[in-house]
Amino acid sequence: MTLHVETPAPARPGKRPSTSGRGRGGARFARFDLLVTPYFLVSPYFVLFAVFGVFPLAYTLWVSLHDWELAGDRTFVGIDNYVSLITDEAFWNAVVNTLGMFVISTIPQLVLALLLANALNKRIRGRLAFRLGVLLPLITSVVAVAVVFTQLYGRDYGMVNWFLSLFGVDAINWQNEKWSAWIAISTMIDWRWTGYNAIILLAAMQTIPKDLYEAAAIDGASARRQFWRITVPMLRPTIVFTVFVSTIGGLTLFTEPVMFDGNPTMSGGATGQYQTVAMFVVKEAFRDFDFGYAAAAAWLLFVLILLGTFVNHSLTRRIGGTK
Amino acid sequence: MTVVNPGGRAVAETRNRVWDAGPLTKAVLALALVISAFPIYYMFVMATRTNEEAIDVPPPLLPGGHLGENVARLLATEDAYFLTGLVNSAIVSVTVTLSVVLISTLAGFAFAKLRFRGGKALLGLILVTMMVPLQQMGVVPLYELMVALGWTGQLKAVILPFLVNGFGVFMMTQYAGQAVPDELVEAARVDGASTMRVYASVILPALRPGMAVLALLVFMQTWNEFMWPLIVLNPDNPVVQTSIAALNQAHGTDYVMLFTGTAASVLPLFVVFVVFGRQIVGGLMEGAVKA
Repeated sequence: MTLHVETPAPARPGKRPSTSGRGRGGARFARFDLLVTPYFLVSPYFVLFAVFGVFPLAYTLWVSLHDWELAGDRTFVGIDNYVSLITDEAFWNAVVNTLGMFVISTIPQLVLALLLANALNKRIRGRLAFRLGVLLPLITSVVAVAVVFTQLYGRDYGMVNWFLSLFGVDAINWQNEKWSAWIAISTMIDWRWTGYNAIILLAAMQTIPKDLYEAAAIDGASARRQFWRITVPMLRPTIVFTVFVSTIGGLTLFTEPVMFDGNPTMSGGATGQYQTVAMFVVKEAFRDFDFGYAAAAAWLLFVLILLGTFVNHSLTRRIGGTK
Repeated sequence: MTVVNPGGRAVAETRNRVWDAGPLTKAVLALALVISAFPIYYMFVMATRTNEEAIDVPPPLLPGGHLGENVARLLATEDAYFLTGLVNSAIVSVTVTLSVVLISTLAGFAFAKLRFRGGKALLGLILVTMMVPLQQMGVVPLYELMVALGWTGQLKAVILPFLVNGFGVFMMTQYAGQAVPDELVEAARVDGASTMRVYASVILPALRPGMAVLALLVFMQTWNEFMWPLIVLNPDNPVVQTSIAALNQAHGTDYVMLFTGTAASVLPLFVVFVVFGRQIVGGLMEGAVKA
């Protein structure tokens, strides 16, 4: 490095650094450099984003207004695809499945993450080992998680049924019913993400001033009361953040239910017991080759995400509202 | 509750107790650790067993001695293209990781340390777009784009769309903002350094720890990608995740081979985690507080 940072910088008016000591060409280059280089630096991201982000979104909207098949018929049909979707039972089934699994996975997940974060925040030997341990599921790929859990939930030889049989429960065919498939898939999601959310919440917990707890302790507040009256309200922004991330992840659920099926037909069980909206989109596009319909479903999925984010935002804003 | 008197000792006791791990905390943590580790442990145990042992009741919980033959059978299963998948995943993940880190440090430097018209608005735009699930929303046009370019079935079809990573830009902007003092940039300017020179000599060295964390996160994320590769790649040229899906579909009853493949697919991530786990935890926690 040839920089001499120890040289005291001369006082300069304004933000623009002096370019004295250079030729006129240098000065012109310096001005050009200051003016243009920032755009050059951010351009790779925006070029890629335009091609692989903006274009697909806008084009999806365009395709959704057509009867559009791959390399086939392309007729403008206006909002017909949307009208059909709204009356399509299979689509609503997928929406209900997606929302159902989202709710029964996210709520326990965040409550457990909160309790786990609180436990991780205590003084204990081997803190790092515990933190690494709860992150272990996060680095296990989703496909691997789904394969292992699908085996654990196997009807005849699965460990879950074996365990339940100890309590006299008959073997459950987990894929067969909506409720059981939802539970099985939700446990896959929760196993993978609870530790991650706990670590995020733990980080936020550590920024809460300790004096608050000391004051509460002097006032005689129990540990439990301190948790609900100080920790949870102070964590509100982070809880909003984790809910937000879980919403996007939950409403675009795809890999776990696809792998749970075994055959990637995107049908989500014999009667679509666990077909999600993302699976519905892929099925319409790449199994039935109805691109226009799939594109319309993709936009409705986006609307669903916006709605979900909005609802969750209003709900989580109330956390600690009693404070 | 203990009687609280103004004496210093009692206060100190009360204060300490809240932060000490009680038996309940220890039990919760131990249980969390067991639950986190068990499915992974079970996966590796199954990879060392035979199919007959795999369906024993109760199921085997200790490793057996059949790993070698399971691996051999996995590699001999030609329709899964498992090795091709592993190599492809490595190529895709490394390329995406290097590119995203480069793109993100360039943009992060500009957003955090340079003043330019529209900079704030552009950064805001990135934050908004982070909310849009591009891969799910845009599958149809992305696929048509790949067909038009003649890229379906090729690795570049799964590399290029993943270079768009708003999270990376956001993270590097945050990191550059706090890791590089403005004075350092100014001083380099006074010495006549151009913007690119400042990037190379001042910014990059300071960003190195943040870059490492970003690289690890992007690598794991890319290694995990499933939906888009499943759509755009062909079964004979898969990535590791779609290769396992194929294995699951065609040889799902050969549990132990399937589990051997699954174990092999997470092994690279575990190696990364064992070596860099401390930094990953640190990076996640830092990022969380700033977000």
